[in-house]
Amino acid sequence: MRWGVQDVSIMFGGRPALSDVTLGLNPGHIAVVVGGDGAGKTTLCRTIVGLEQITEGEVSRPDRTSFQPESSGVWSDLTTLENLEFVARGYDLDASHARDRIEELLDVTELGEARHRLGRQLSGGMRQKLGVAMAVLSEPELLVLDEPTTGLDPVSRLELWSFITRSAREGRAVLVSSTYIDEAVRGDTVLALEGGTVLASGEISDVLAGMPGRLFVSEHKQGASSWRRGQSWRAWSGDGSPIPGAREIAPDLSDVVTVAALAGEQS
Amino acid sequence: MSSIEARSLTRTFGDVVAVDELSFQVHSGEVVGLLGANGAGKTTTMRMLLGLLPPSGGDALIGDQPIARVDRRVMGYVPQGLGLYPDLTVAENLQFAAASFGVSAPSLDDEGLGDIADLRVGDISLGLRRRVAFVVARGHDPSVLILDEPTSGVGPLGRARLWETIRETADRGTAVLVSTHYMEEAEECDRVVLMARGREVASGSVHEVIGDIRSVGVDGHVSEEALDEIGASGGTVLMADRGWRVVGLDVEEVRQIVGPHSRVDQVAASFEEAFVVLSS
Repeated sequence: MRWGVQDVSIMFGGRPALSDVTLGLNPGHIAVVVGGDGAGKTTLCRTIVGLEQITEGEVSRPDRTSFQPESSGVWSDLTTLENLEFVARGYDLDASHARDRIEELLDVTELGEARHRLGRQLSGGMRQKLGVAMAVLSEPELLVLDEPTTGLDPVSRLELWSFITRSAREGRAVLVSSTYIDEAVRGDTVLALEGGTVLASGEISDVLAGMPGRLFVSEHKQGASSWRRGQSWRAWSGDGSPIPGAREIAPDLSDVVTVAALAGEQS
Repeated sequence: MSSIEARSLTRTFGDVVAVDELSFQVHSGEVVGLLGANGAGKTTTMRMLLGLLPPSGGDALIGDQPIARVDRRVMGYVPQGLGLYPDLTVAENLQFAAASFGVSAPSLDDEGLGDIADLRVGDISLGLRRRVAFVVARGHDPSVLILDEPTSGVGPLGRARLWETIRETADRGTAVLVSTHYMEEAEECDRVVLMARGREVASGSVHEVIGDIRSVGVDGHVSEEALDEIGASGGTVLMADRGWRVVGLDVEEVRQIVGPHSRVDQVAASFEEAFVVLSS
């Protein structure tokens, strides 16, 4: 791996916030970190960009690293254009280059028509797109985006992902954290966290193939290792023995992460 | 008789029509999902059905009665902000809500929450807070339950358990209307109502809503220029499983842009992709 974290642990006030987490970040690739509230996603993002002190392990990142915090980082009293110009000045970009780059980003994000609107007047989706535009303005080698899609509707989310995908295509390493597990398929690798520990990690096909035991679908609840999914039940057999009256199915990512959480709870 | 009914429900704010002649029903024992982009009118619709906002036109009916005539004890509601008191313990929150409705508080042991009864709500995880809010909302055994984004920010196992409880509540005869941003959760609903710009654009089971909508899957190398051209032609490009998916263009249009060296196939749209097509 080019950059990332290796066997990193962090303690907050005697409690582990991250335990033995490894994540590789490579140019042109998108890594997606998924998990619920309190899983450790923000801590991991902050660790990678150097905002947290680690207890154990190693962190590496390029000099040109950009970070978009969960709050989007947009100044509410500046207009769209002023937000971008302010960041450009902060990086001391050459004025004519900055102008071209800002116009290009306004075009790609379709924020051109909102260029004179104040940050506070932008919709949630527009604000997040502006936040990502501000983060890529300086052409970083590594882009870290903390929950850019939380609370956005599916249309805004797809637009934002399209922009993120484009940023990776330009050769950037990208880390995106998300509370939506289905967004993991938009990346190259996934890291699922819960309570600071890794539930699953790697390329999605490997993660799916690596689930221990077997998974079944049933019309009824099948004891403690089963959970509702849509109009039927999933049932996990940890030792691989068949479950009577249930049909075996190939797990998807949501299943694998749920199984890992269940296995952790039962051990 | 339907338990929840919007009948040509309309709400304007000045010149803006937030909800426009919306009609749907939720029957007893049913879970219906209300989905739509931000600003589509979901929360406004829920607020009218709860009697918190008067409609500009049409009717919000609960058990076939106009909402203004309905005893609010038949209704339970979990708002996005959960509506719990962070400085009270879990048990105190439940007792307070039960006392307000003039009923006795439900047993926390029965809900599997006995261990956290004496913890302050402000000190427990979001997943647990959501479960507590849900127990509070149905503590007075309502026949109608309205949930605004009930699983937002909860991990996958926590979400599966919340849905299990929602389904059990419906199975006991409660009509449940739920809004969500998680497209995969649409499958947990018996039916969904998809809103855009205040109107219904589709409704039915997830399968029925996807219907004949197709996406285009592109396999193999695709040049930057081709991807840009897809965007310029009105398509949305997404990365998926090491390939690309395009919505908004048909298979021939995509084939012409990417050229003969990539495999281009028409594939069944995911619900999320169907949502994008229907919302635009």
